[in-house]
Amino acid sequence: MQNFKSIIAGCLVASASLGLAPATQAADEIVLGAAISTTGKYSTNGKHTQNGYDLAVKRINEAGGVKVGDTVYKLRIIYYDDESTPARGAQLADRLINQDGVKFLLGPYSSGLTKAIAPVTEKHKIPMVEGNGASRSLFTQGYKYLFAVLSTSEQYLSSAIDLAAESAKAAGKDPKTLKVAMAFENDPFSQDVRAGVVDDAKRHGMKIVIDDKLPKDLSDMSATLTKVRALRPDVLVISGHARGAATAVRQIAEMKIDVPIVAMTHCDSADVIGKFKDKAEFTLCASQWDRSLTYRDNLFGTAEEYAQLFEKEYGYKPPYQAAESSAAVMTFVDAFTRAKSLDTGKVRDALAATEFQTFYGNIKFDETGKNIAKPMVLYQVLGGEYKVVAPTKWASEKLVYPRPKWSER
Amino acid sequence: MDNIQILLAEPVVLVDLLLNGLLVGAIFALAAYGMALVWGVMNIINVAQGEFVLLGGYVTLVLAGQGMNPLWGVPVAALVLFAIGWGLYPVLIKRIVGRDLFTSILATFGISILIQQLCNQVFGADVQTVDTGLGSLLLFDGRVVVSYAKLLAFGLAMWVGLVLWMGLRFTRMGRAIRATAQNARAARVLGVDTGRVYAATYAVNAAVCGAAGALVVMIWTIHPYIGLPYTVRSFMVVVVAGLGNLPGVVIAGLGLGAAENTAGFLLGAEYQVAFVFLLMVAILIWRNWRLSKDRKVLR
Repeated sequence: MQNFKSIIAGCLVASASLGLAPATQAADEIVLGAAISTTGKYSTNGKHTQNGYDLAVKRINEAGGVKVGDTVYKLRIIYYDDESTPARGAQLADRLINQDGVKFLLGPYSSGLTKAIAPVTEKHKIPMVEGNGASRSLFTQGYKYLFAVLSTSEQYLSSAIDLAAESAKAAGKDPKTLKVAMAFENDPFSQDVRAGVVDDAKRHGMKIVIDDKLPKDLSDMSATLTKVRALRPDVLVISGHARGAATAVRQIAEMKIDVPIVAMTHCDSADVIGKFKDKAEFTLCASQWDRSLTYRDNLFGTAEEYAQLFEKEYGYKPPYQAAESSAAVMTFVDAFTRAKSLDTGKVRDALAATEFQTFYGNIKFDETGKNIAKPMVLYQVLGGEYKVVAPTKWASEKLVYPRPKWSER
Repeated sequence: MDNIQILLAEPVVLVDLLLNGLLVGAIFALAAYGMALVWGVMNIINVAQGEFVLLGGYVTLVLAGQGMNPLWGVPVAALVLFAIGWGLYPVLIKRIVGRDLFTSILATFGISILIQQLCNQVFGADVQTVDTGLGSLLLFDGRVVVSYAKLLAFGLAMWVGLVLWMGLRFTRMGRAIRATAQNARAARVLGVDTGRVYAATYAVNAAVCGAAGALVVMIWTIHPYIGLPYTVRSFMVVVVAGLGNLPGVVIAGLGLGAAENTAGFLLGAEYQVAFVFLLMVAILIWRNWRLSKDRKVLR
């Protein structure tokens, strides 16, 4: 036992001398911390998140840095790999705060990880701005230090229901006669999306005829689609991450299911256009952001200019996960400038009072910390491209309604 | 019970469900066939079964990425996986043959984690799939739709199964494998190189899984963490059919597919997998009850 103790003590000394001791902050630097999934099941989106953060930091430092009061600071981010597991994420948040002395955290990727980290930042009264945790349940806990720049999950597909109602009216049908079919994965995020759809369908007086919960290891939804064929609903909404989108697009085409409106989430991360070509045509897809939107800011310029810069830097088109991550960094910078201090309490209050426009959209938080100024975007796949069809204010194309029947394509 | 009403109003739906389920079941049967072989001959429960399926899918994906017809994935994935299985034998499997089941489960579990993480590193965590570009077959005025990809998968799965069965029956290696399964020691005494037999068995299993994986990626999707459901389904099919009962494996696989699909429709998709497990429990209880009747004589 004595031996064991001395080994532990030896290890501790060794690790301290190897530089695992608290990272010291240079005087003219603001250090942000983030746990990011660079390995594990979220590694792809984790990478998008990191690239988004890095691009914003690079651009801000190039533009001179952050002016807080009379001092100008450069930004730096400390990253750790959370391996896509919530428990590890919480440990790392603790490490960032207690060992590295980080006073401001950027969010991880996914609602699950954010949910694990938020209690830690809350306990230490450390502000966290995140762009990749959309679950509604994050904003019902009374957190004071959590701010999200993205639209929350219940808003993801509710615009599809509104769009269905609008289109039905335009076609001379009463929205109350519409039948809605829903298939949502049985996980917190998708069930939040479902809750939003149910609320909206109720508001329009539509009838929900199918309400299937898809299993987590979903690879086949033909049972649900067989039901869809028998009941002929007017709207079909699906959410089950990239897996769900890929499965749905493939099987709707294979089984030749005709529904006037088909809407889903995660089309872009599933790359349904690249994988299925014209089978993906006319599908509606929810998105947080698109480069064709008319938002702009002083740092990146327009959404399109951001997209071009991102492509030049990383060699691929920016997914919305990257855009919202960049917007999270910008939100912090905006708050630092207005707070004129790096005191966590003052920065938190400044964050709560945020109201500005970025290339990603308007940002204004309600008292729970979620962004209420930016609506979701709805794409339709038209001619092998995502075209924004809703909200109509920023839409670049008109919705094709109803979807042409498979027999007529 | 709206779903039952749909079924009564339009009985043709049942045809659709059963047909699609049967076709899909052929793929489960294929993976289970390999598992039964390894289990029966080597007394190893190969937990990495699903990951071999996964690797077969990725091989096909790479081929399709090179512009080749994804159908080539079936033989190529089988070959590549055969080589991987053959290579794994001296490295690891050799050391666990003849040890207790727990050791083999742990070791193959290790292989499965390794393959998952390697796939994640190489191919990323994204959902992948290959489009065959084949259409669908419409029956009963378009009320029953079967995709040609599924039909093809069924045909290929049956064909691979048949080849395997013939191989075990009529080739020298097949006879050696069967002899080793019956009594490894006696086979060794009679001059069978059991080490080679084990390596071949494990490699054939991997190859069969590879072929199944090529079919999976053509009709569904794959990502690095999708292996487990295939392992579980194979396990179940083998448990239900019993070891050394290869026709039983095929029937159980097809039945599982059809039952799963119909249950998903009737009970809702959320109970699809739960139903499958309940079914397994029910079958085990039933088998135990039947066996216990025979046991009375011995008491």
